[in-house]
Amino acid sequence: MEGKDIERRIPIGERPPEERIKDFEEVCLGYTKEEAIAEAKRCLTCSRPLCVEGCPVGINIPAFISYIKEGNFPQALEEIKKKNLLPSICGRVCPSEYQCESKCVLGKIGAPIAIGALERAASDYGEENHLCEGNSPSHSVGRVAVIGSGPAGLTCAAELARSNIEVVVFEALHEFGGVLSYGIPSFRLPRRIIQKQIETLKAMGVKLEKNILVGRTIPFRDLLMKEKFQAVFIATGAGLPQLLGINGENLEGVYSANEYLTRVNLMRADQFPRYGTPIKRGKRVAVIGGGNVAIDAARVALRLSAEEVYIVYRRTEEEMPARRVEIEHAKEEGIKFLYLLSPIEIKGNGEKELVCKRMALLDERDASGRRKVRETEEIFNLKADVIIIAIGQKPNPLIPSLEPTLRRGKEGEIIVDEEMRTSLEAVWAGGDIASGAATVIMAMGMAKKAAESIKRYLGVT
Amino acid sequence: MAKITRKEFLAQDIVLLEIEAKRIASNAQVGQFVVLMPYETSERIPISLHNWDQIRGTIQIVFQIVGRTTSELSTLDVGDYIYTLLGPLGKPLELAEYGKVVCVGGGLGIPPIYNIAKGLKEKGNEVISIIGARTASLLILEELIREASDELITCTDDGSYGRKGFVTEALRDLLNTTKIDLVIAIGPVPMMEAVANLTRPMGIKTIVSLNPIMLDATGMCGVCRVKVGGQIKFACVDGPKFDGHEVDFADLRRRLAMYKEEEAKALEEWKARI
Repeated sequence: MEGKDIERRIPIGERPPEERIKDFEEVCLGYTKEEAIAEAKRCLTCSRPLCVEGCPVGINIPAFISYIKEGNFPQALEEIKKKNLLPSICGRVCPSEYQCESKCVLGKIGAPIAIGALERAASDYGEENHLCEGNSPSHSVGRVAVIGSGPAGLTCAAELARSNIEVVVFEALHEFGGVLSYGIPSFRLPRRIIQKQIETLKAMGVKLEKNILVGRTIPFRDLLMKEKFQAVFIATGAGLPQLLGINGENLEGVYSANEYLTRVNLMRADQFPRYGTPIKRGKRVAVIGGGNVAIDAARVALRLSAEEVYIVYRRTEEEMPARRVEIEHAKEEGIKFLYLLSPIEIKGNGEKELVCKRMALLDERDASGRRKVRETEEIFNLKADVIIIAIGQKPNPLIPSLEPTLRRGKEGEIIVDEEMRTSLEAVWAGGDIASGAATVIMAMGMAKKAAESIKRYLGVT
Repeated sequence: MAKITRKEFLAQDIVLLEIEAKRIASNAQVGQFVVLMPYETSERIPISLHNWDQIRGTIQIVFQIVGRTTSELSTLDVGDYIYTLLGPLGKPLELAEYGKVVCVGGGLGIPPIYNIAKGLKEKGNEVISIIGARTASLLILEELIREASDELITCTDDGSYGRKGFVTEALRDLLNTTKIDLVIAIGPVPMMEAVANLTRPMGIKTIVSLNPIMLDATGMCGVCRVKVGGQIKFACVDGPKFDGHEVDFADLRRRLAMYKEEEAKALEEWKARI
């Protein structure tokens, strides 16, 4: 590969917007094998790879890309799996543009290597011939309870199972996957991918039990005492939806994003009335917020045949925490973005009106480096029949509220040390319950750390 | 999956189910509820716990066949499995020595009143229960409630059994003659509201058990949000029991009626299918 070609990324296949907004099938098609090999060949295989520093779980990126160059997808997958046991999920939902890809030296002269898409290609093609390498533990060297089957819980379970530790994962809902199942829509992460990862875990000997809310179905203390677990990993996530606290928030057709997404992703309200859970299919839908959850909710609304969908965000596109690629996807699909608006009231019924204050952008920046805003006197009204509030989630309060000795931070997060140990003996925590709402891969990074620490605690190497 | 071990029609369209649920039975406390899905395609609905048996590892719930999900549930027989059962959920009622307590149960509020009356009586409270229904045949579980209480007053709207009239009328007469320390009311929203309105001017502490729409019922979706004392609370994790004098019942009624149209449609679709 020479000259200008090295600057250009091999385009990643996507379904056309007009087609994909009619269903919940995956939007991004990923690379074909040939495309993946061509893209991999752009990699310079740096001797001191910066991309690896950008990966929260430290995947040897140049190594797996080198295998793809040779067309050896199974080996590429093996390389990834040394560090990440959920590659088919991460290859789809990781904000790689802010992580590994942002460090790629090719980014200085053109487009960085599409590491996320290559990870997905490795997982899509690497398992074609030998499904689910199961290695059920022959003898158990310890017994650990994992609370929650989201990204952190699954990662910790997999890491422990690899070391012959008996693991039981407890899930409160009727499907496994946590936020992967109830939060992320199937057009970004197909259900079969989650299902396959769960099957892989089962084949590794991990036990998974659903419909168990630890704290209620099993008292938290019973895990260590009665149920004889030697260690507990809390990975209950950030499930508590934040509301605006404005008038009209309890009106019909006003949803938290969690509720809206759960109705569709978990309860299949898109297939109502065959499935019993209903959802309001608005003609004009307004989604408040600027993160991935807001974009997901807006794109779901579109697929529930809304005519107009608006994202209402209090700053500008530059400050939006959502992934760039998802913002682009949303725009292609016809979602309209309204910036510098802060809702103050919801009026009416059925056909509602979202009353907003116009914000002004300031030069001053906040702790995260984003420009601050201030309210102006100008009022902006937006008509909508469905309004979805997607302004963030806080850590799930149930276990901390029942265990007053478990130290908590200001936002309700469980306080952990550098090894993810909590203030309680034999109890670790990781993922959003420990960090507040973050990304799948951050949760996985914490879960790996916790697993290492749990192994040391159990005397397993 | 949870196996049904007993099924009994307590009245026309009112069914008692006993379900194998070892963990729920071991950890259930007074005033809690479960969430269930009869089939994979069902909605998740909350139902109060009526009774449980730790030794046998079973729980009992009572429901009325009204919509799609309860119709689906009613098709399951002894030996069949409920697709999803989660519990026990909600904050338990604090079992303290309150003194003289009145437990008011209206209609489908009678089954959960049972474990509350029993728990409070065992704790040494004097429990007077008032149960009521539209007509005699719908007045369920009378003998059980009688056993769990020191005194029982029964009412029917049409006078076909016990006192004629609403439970609130019986309660008013009782409050006029007896000093009461706590009232617990469970039943239809208008009934709980009427009880709260009755006791408010008298300054008698009143606990109601709210039944908003729920989805996950673990505090994650917020659909069960209710206004209590001007604040938003999630009934699934902050409740379901709240101070009746602080509850915004009008807001609760509106939110309960949110899916009326869809509920009718779902029932119709299901009936056409079976």
